[in-house]
Amino acid sequence: MQIHVNGEAMQLPDGATLMDLLAALKLLDARVAVELNQEIVPRSRHTEQGLQDQDQIEIVHAIGGG
Amino acid sequence: MNSHDTPLNIAGRDYQSRLIVGSGKYASFQQNLDALVASGAEMITVAIRRVNLGQNKDEPSLLEVISPEKYTILPNTAGCYNAADAVRTCRMARELLDGHKLVKLEVLGDQKTLYPNVTETLIAAEELVKDGFDVMVYTSDDPLIAKRLEEIGCVAVMPLGAPIGSGLGIRNPYNIRMILENAKVPIIVDAGVGTASDAAIAMELGCDGVLMNTAIAEAKNPVLMASAMKQAVAAGREAWLAGRMPRRLYASASSPIDGTFF
Repeated sequence: MQIHVNGEAMQLPDGATLMDLLAALKLLDARVAVELNQEIVPRSRHTEQGLQDQDQIEIVHAIGGG
Repeated sequence: MNSHDTPLNIAGRDYQSRLIVGSGKYASFQQNLDALVASGAEMITVAIRRVNLGQNKDEPSLLEVISPEKYTILPNTAGCYNAADAVRTCRMARELLDGHKLVKLEVLGDQKTLYPNVTETLIAAEELVKDGFDVMVYTSDDPLIAKRLEEIGCVAVMPLGAPIGSGLGIRNPYNIRMILENAKVPIIVDAGVGTASDAAIAMELGCDGVLMNTAIAEAKNPVLMASAMKQAVAAGREAWLAGRMPRRLYASASSPIDGTFF
């Protein structure tokens, strides 16, 4: 399936979960927050959250700002 | 903090320092941390942005260098030009920081002035307060809008002294005074401070605190400027508590007239 992560298209095997995606991106230990189709997915649900073709995912973190 | 003073209380938490600093525009995380330590600030703003998927994973992230256990992290909504984006950003920040409710709301009007879009700010503030956030809100120096934001339930109102990043100082001290006279929540000058005297002026007006980023980060020596700001905020606060002498048009001799021998 094809998903969109932070605006970039990505291929993932069918049946992949959000945790699989974060592992593929080497973000498992990172302090990030995730939105799936504009709904926040709490960290506690990353393992069980399945992904579907054409899902829009945003992964954010804290950076310097005023 | 001086023994004559009380801590700054924001959303139920006491702060000994009345200086809040930013984390933008620094040469490195280490410089940012050194400046933070020198500033004595206990609260620091951060921005919420997309993870760069191609970035070097070995680089530490900001929150590994500046610990949320040690400092109060104040996520901002910088870059948002409407209420919906600002609310969405705050919800992401809350998830990122494990349920942390304190946010700095700023909804901007245009890129040239970075002046607040007040109508969208009001909409976002209402929604965030309803959603349980503790909202510190960046706004114009309009006393009526400041009061309205307090009535909505914002925990601190943060009028600009001058445009963000301009370093022009407190351009309208009379408006800040009007805001202060009516306020029941902390009033924190956010934006416009350029150098230490600007911070002192804000505090001498009776503001409860000052928030700054560029004045420290863009100084030739940011760590030294952070120290200067710490002292300026403390000095301005003490001067406010002490109560300044009245201004007079003409001189008033400090040495007595009586007892002169000539």
